[in-house]
Amino acid sequence: MAAKPRRLNLTQKYQLMTRGLDWETTYQSMDDVFPYDKYEGIKIKDWDKWQDPFRLTMDAYWKYQAEKERKLYAILDGFAQNNSQLNISDARYMNAVKIWMQGVTPLEYAAFRGFAMLGRGFRGAGARVACQFQSIDEMRHYQTQMHAFSHYNKYFNGFRQFARIRDRAWYLSIPKSYFEDAVTAGPFELITAISFSFEYVLTNLLFMPFVSGAAYNGDMATTTFGFSAQSDESRHMTLGLEVIKFMLEQDEGNLPIVQQWLDKWFWRGYRLLGLVGTMMDYMLPKKVMSWRQAWEIYWEESGMALFNDLARYGLRPPKYHEVATKEKYRITHEFWCTIYQFSHATALYTWIPTEEELDWFSAEYGELFDTVYRPRYEYWAELDRKGERFFQKRLPVVCNVCQIPIFHTMPDDPLMNCCLVSEYKGTKHQMCSQGCKDIFDHEPEKYCQAYIPPQQIYQGNCGGATLEAYKEWLHIKDEETGEYYGSEDHIMWEGWKAQSGKPADAPA
Amino acid sequence: MSIDIKTTKIEQRRITFDNVAEKLGEGKIPSRYQEVMYGVQQQDVFHYRPTWDPEHEVFDADRTDIKMQDFDDLTDPRHYYYGTYVIQRSKQQEAMEKNFSVVEKRGLLHAMDGDLIEKIRKVIIPFRHAEWGANNNNLFIAAYGFGTPMPIAADFQGMDRLGNAQYITRIGLILSNNDPEILDRAKSEWLDDPMWQPLRKLVEDSFVIKDWFELHLLQNFLLDGVLQPLVFQYFDDEIVKHGGASFAMVTEFFVEWFAEAVRWTDHTIKTAAGESAENQALLAGWKDKWLPEVKNAAMPLAEYIFAGRSADVIGEISNRLEARSGKIGLG
Ligand SMILES: [Fe+2]
Ligand SMILES: [Fe+2]
Repeated sequence: MAAKPRRLNLTQKYQLMTRGLDWETTYQSMDDVFPYDKYEGIKIKDWDKWQDPFRLTMDAYWKYQAEKERKLYAILDGFAQNNSQLNISDARYMNAVKIWMQGVTPLEYAAFRGFAMLGRGFRGAGARVACQFQSIDEMRHYQTQMHAFSHYNKYFNGFRQFARIRDRAWYLSIPKSYFEDAVTAGPFELITAISFSFEYVLTNLLFMPFVSGAAYNGDMATTTFGFSAQSDESRHMTLGLEVIKFMLEQDEGNLPIVQQWLDKWFWRGYRLLGLVGTMMDYMLPKKVMSWRQAWEIYWEESGMALFNDLARYGLRPPKYHEVATKEKYRITHEFWCTIYQFSHATALYTWIPTEEELDWFSAEYGELFDTVYRPRYEYWAELDRKGERFFQKRLPVVCNVCQIPIFHTMPDDPLMNCCLVSEYKGTKHQMCSQGCKDIFDHEPEKYCQAYIPPQQIYQGNCGGATLEAYKEWLHIKDEETGEYYGSEDHIMWEGWKAQSGKPADAPA
Repeated sequence: MSIDIKTTKIEQRRITFDNVAEKLGEGKIPSRYQEVMYGVQQQDVFHYRPTWDPEHEVFDADRTDIKMQDFDDLTDPRHYYYGTYVIQRSKQQEAMEKNFSVVEKRGLLHAMDGDLIEKIRKVIIPFRHAEWGANNNNLFIAAYGFGTPMPIAADFQGMDRLGNAQYITRIGLILSNNDPEILDRAKSEWLDDPMWQPLRKLVEDSFVIKDWFELHLLQNFLLDGVLQPLVFQYFDDEIVKHGGASFAMVTEFFVEWFAEAVRWTDHTIKTAAGESAENQALLAGWKDKWLPEVKNAAMPLAEYIFAGRSADVIGEISNRLEARSGKIGLG
């Protein structure tokens, strides 16, 4: 007859389910079985001190996630059946979704693989299982996003060739090089870069513009997968914080290594978010908030509060965060001015903001906007009216680290361009900022390998040495690129509106 | 603003993404599986070499000696993408939950003969470590494999093995009335008992294999092909025959899962073998190299369970594996 079972609390039960599974190998050495988790110099004395952030067993995971998927796909099916693309605020908005598809969805796939590497690579079983859950979550994200965007792709340009341009388009090197930088680093740097610096510190600055932006602009597809991914993300954030604490508690020698990573990945993440901020300021016909305001709330308040908390581990706020704060008044405008001039070499459309939008910028960004950027837009609008829409004839010079065109200005002088140079093995490499230059100088052997599309193009490695040949190589047709007003997307949208009897929007 | 269109003059510009259309051919409407399985893994234009493996790119076709015109041909006949995978598993876990609760409530495992319980304890509980090893190996394929579909299915296979290991843990905790000592004892047997050492050695040897397709063949075809039938069929039958019918309730998932996983394993190996004579020879060579070791590793376990019949049982199991092998072109 059965004796009465002992009572186990959830934590004990979870620990038994997972923790005891691994063992110290003896027929093969542990260093051969886990060859990659020591070379970065992070010292772990006791992997059992790892606090499992998720406490999820596999069967519970299947159950919760299946419930979410059933709901998500029911909504996506309804979305397609009801032609809900007609509910978006304006077809200009679609360019925000294109940026997501071209720039972010591929990173979700790469994150799936990267976290699988960690899920195999760490010798501690607890850390390994946590990374395995994140890995499969990231797989979910790329797939639900592709399924959600599939419907938009049937109507709008800029989605169809994402898998080709992801690796080849100059502006998509920005997100791509960011992630490749992380995944080619060692496992501890990868998890610090993605789980902590990105998911924990900066994620609100990605999630809020895109997902709230989608909700404001009637995009149910993005809103649905975005909110559905939120509970995954909160697990990932917990993992990010746990990993930092774990490294710092294990050995005091880990502190300088971790601090250097936080400096690097703050700056790299911030530069990447410049693209997101530009999207939120310029591509959302219905604004959520300005980049400046988002930066104040999510970095200056929350981010700094977090680093105050982390001071007890000996960490200080990341280097150059004050530069990022100085740039909050200009970065998105400098970015849009650049994309505006180069959008004929992208799978995006750009435009001059409407009068109403320019006034919103004045209110949000004040004098600097009115004296520096507004006059540029007025000048370009004038050219456009004369039928001379302004495009650059050549591709921009880009930063060797963040891959963003070198348009950034000096921290204390928004009119003075910033371009710093490092020489390595007889070659000069240009960087956009001291933050990027420090990153280059710390690992020149890595960054001198960077694939710089504009250089590749002029060397003739991308289908030919002209912009036209380059576009062909990217599989981007003229009608999929350049000015929004008069574009295929615009004409289609106006056609839909005309059918429903609503007045067409006049070009700016 | 919301546009309200009564007539249906909404013309579709295209069917799907270019990378999918290129694979399926123009005009084909992809399934949801197909829409996310082709060309998503980046194949060229990498920025930096991995600092952990500068000989290769992050994703590199050369991490296996198997050559494919297109690694995206290594699809999953179950058509699992994330959504269909978790929904299928959630149904199975619901059934398992019911089974476990009946078994626990009515003390069905404890109602078995003491000898049977001891046999289960000695065979099944240490086997959780072999499942954990399979998790490890499939995560290797998910991490370092090549092409879009293969790492995805391997990731599912890896997570399934974590699930298996946890189901075994649960069986152990039922048997011991939640005394974790049963797990510690099983682990020390896994580490020291001669019955488990050939298997543990083979599992550890598999942990250092660098060719992910060789590892796929060893783990998912050979090791599973021998051990899963041995433990969850032959041993299961043996227990049921001797009055342990309730045991089949708590192992139901393993049997179903394996029957299903075989379809993926066989299909991927068959596809690779069918691609070229070189692939076929390579796969056949790996099979010849590892199969004797796998049988060797399973033998002490079989001897413990079946005593004098052990050679027959291993013989039967390996005949079945040879039959599968013939069907998928390994010879
Ligand atoms: Fe994600
Ligand atoms: Fe830069």
